[in-house]
Amino acid sequence: MDLKFIIELAIIGLTFFMLINASAILVLAERKIMGFMQQRYGPYLVGPHGALQPLADILKLLFKEELRPKGADKWLFTLAPILSVTAAFAAFSTVPWGAETTFFGLLSEPVKLGVTDINVGLLVIFAITSMGVYGIVLAGWASNSKYSLFGGLRASAQMISYELSYATSLAAVILLAGSLSLRDVVDSQNVYWLGFIPRWYIFLQPLGFIIYMIAGVAETNRAPFDFPEAEQELVAGYNTEYSSVRFALFPQAEYINMATMSAVATDLYLGGWHGVPFLENLGLGWLIFLAKVGVILFAYIWTRWTLPRYRYDQLMHFGWKFLLPASVINLLVTAALFLYLNG
Amino acid sequence: MIPLSYYLIVSAILFALGTAGVFLRRNLITILLSIEIMLNAVNLTFVAFGRYAGDVNGQIIVFFVITVAAAEAAVGLALVIALFRTRESLNPDAFTTLNW
Amino acid sequence: MAETFAFYLFSGLAIVTSAFVIGQRNPMYSVLLLVASFGAMAGLFIQLDAPFLAVALMIVYAGAIMVLFLFVVMLLNAPTEDALQYDRTHPLRHPVVTRFGALLAGVLVIQLAYALLRANELRVPISGRADGTAVSSVAELGRVLFQRHVFAFEATSILILVAMVGAVVLARKESDS
Repeated sequence: MDLKFIIELAIIGLTFFMLINASAILVLAERKIMGFMQQRYGPYLVGPHGALQPLADILKLLFKEELRPKGADKWLFTLAPILSVTAAFAAFSTVPWGAETTFFGLLSEPVKLGVTDINVGLLVIFAITSMGVYGIVLAGWASNSKYSLFGGLRASAQMISYELSYATSLAAVILLAGSLSLRDVVDSQNVYWLGFIPRWYIFLQPLGFIIYMIAGVAETNRAPFDFPEAEQELVAGYNTEYSSVRFALFPQAEYINMATMSAVATDLYLGGWHGVPFLENLGLGWLIFLAKVGVILFAYIWTRWTLPRYRYDQLMHFGWKFLLPASVINLLVTAALFLYLNG
Repeated sequence: MIPLSYYLIVSAILFALGTAGVFLRRNLITILLSIEIMLNAVNLTFVAFGRYAGDVNGQIIVFFVITVAAAEAAVGLALVIALFRTRESLNPDAFTTLNW
Repeated sequence: MAETFAFYLFSGLAIVTSAFVIGQRNPMYSVLLLVASFGAMAGLFIQLDAPFLAVALMIVYAGAIMVLFLFVVMLLNAPTEDALQYDRTHPLRHPVVTRFGALLAGVLVIQLAYALLRANELRVPISGRADGTAVSSVAELGRVLFQRHVFAFEATSILILVAMVGAVVLARKESDS
């Protein structure tokens, strides 16, 4: 029970706390940004400029009545949101969010900022994200309602289709970085060309970054790929029959998935916590990380309220016939150039 | 260090459960699931032996077994769907008469 | 200490969930319990110094193949079945058959127990590398896979292509033309 162990436990708790806060802040940010894009103020009354709106939302949801349709499968109806949110939280476990730090000399040996770091960390994120499909497909099935079933099946088919392009674009970055551990991928971007241009993989792999972002948007069921939960077409898709706490867990899982995708994109393509040597030497690399993640999350919300929705067959056509060949070609070209320049 | 025989006993129990499932269940999908349990038990055996012999080929074989199991599950389920369309039943005893 | 606890936990979970898979009447629950069994198996693989294989198992088996099973169960609306003990006229329930089967099962269990308990004598490493670190590196796995087994790798890619085409053709509805 030395100090390092306690600090590591505290970091795990802090990460969990940050994720829950992230989902609350994203609820507010989405509504405010949506409001400003539609030339109106977002939530304005609760707290200063609407800052306490997520709190009001959560309290309202907690006090609603817990419904369950009569023909719904008792166990699966409750299990589905639990699976969704557990997979969402667990996927963040191997994402590093800061450099090794000794907390200004408090500890004798540095501790890594992040829940854990294993040598196949990137694949663990991918594996746990694949588990998130079960939450949605079970929610669709267990509700015993046709809108839910359609929404659930479409959402899960979409998620497993876009996982392929996601993984292939990851493979190109792994090739360049030489390791499956996210911390190693970030640290390999710490090189500067000409003294000031950092070796971020977004410069080396622009097509890969675009493919990863598109696949990430499709994986988290966000617009323009959110047909399965489209409010106008399917009532509410797979979470039609849910209310109160079970309902609250679904958007929370979605926002945390968004945060995880943004964090992984920052680590893979934007250099993680590197890029501003001045702040890094002060030990504030995690601020840079948060800023970059914030930029990508803003891009997510911006895309949602700008682009119209893809129809389901257009979505699947895009994923299989355009994005997957593009990501495979990206991998092939990267591998060929890597072999030519380094072999 | 866990002795090798412990892992082999777990694998044998899983294989026996899978075999019992294939023999005793009267639902085509559950029979396919029991086949997956058997393949999983064999994977565990390969990895355990590979670890205790210091050989990486154990994991390579498991890699190929997983791939082949994926292909087999896909074709098996397609067959189940095709069979279901003819007899509207998933009970293997409904398919004992060949052409009717 | 933690290692034995982890081993008993994961192997107990794997055996219990597999027993429930074959004992469960609702095929939807069977599929989900099998996913849990694969999770426990991934834990055992990690203990055996195969982390890449553990995550590959989760991604391929639990993340893709079981979703396929789940889709088929939902598509066919697979009914919960009657268990074997409710059908007293089934040919598998004939007394001669059951006694012979029980005898064979007993012989098999005794044989297996004897063989497995002797497996502890296999302490000498066969290929000379007894440490676990060389086994668990992903780079080593890739090197052996793509240098010694490259033909099998390419053959499995053709196998998957054939399986994909076959599954699409077999599950297609007969067109009206």
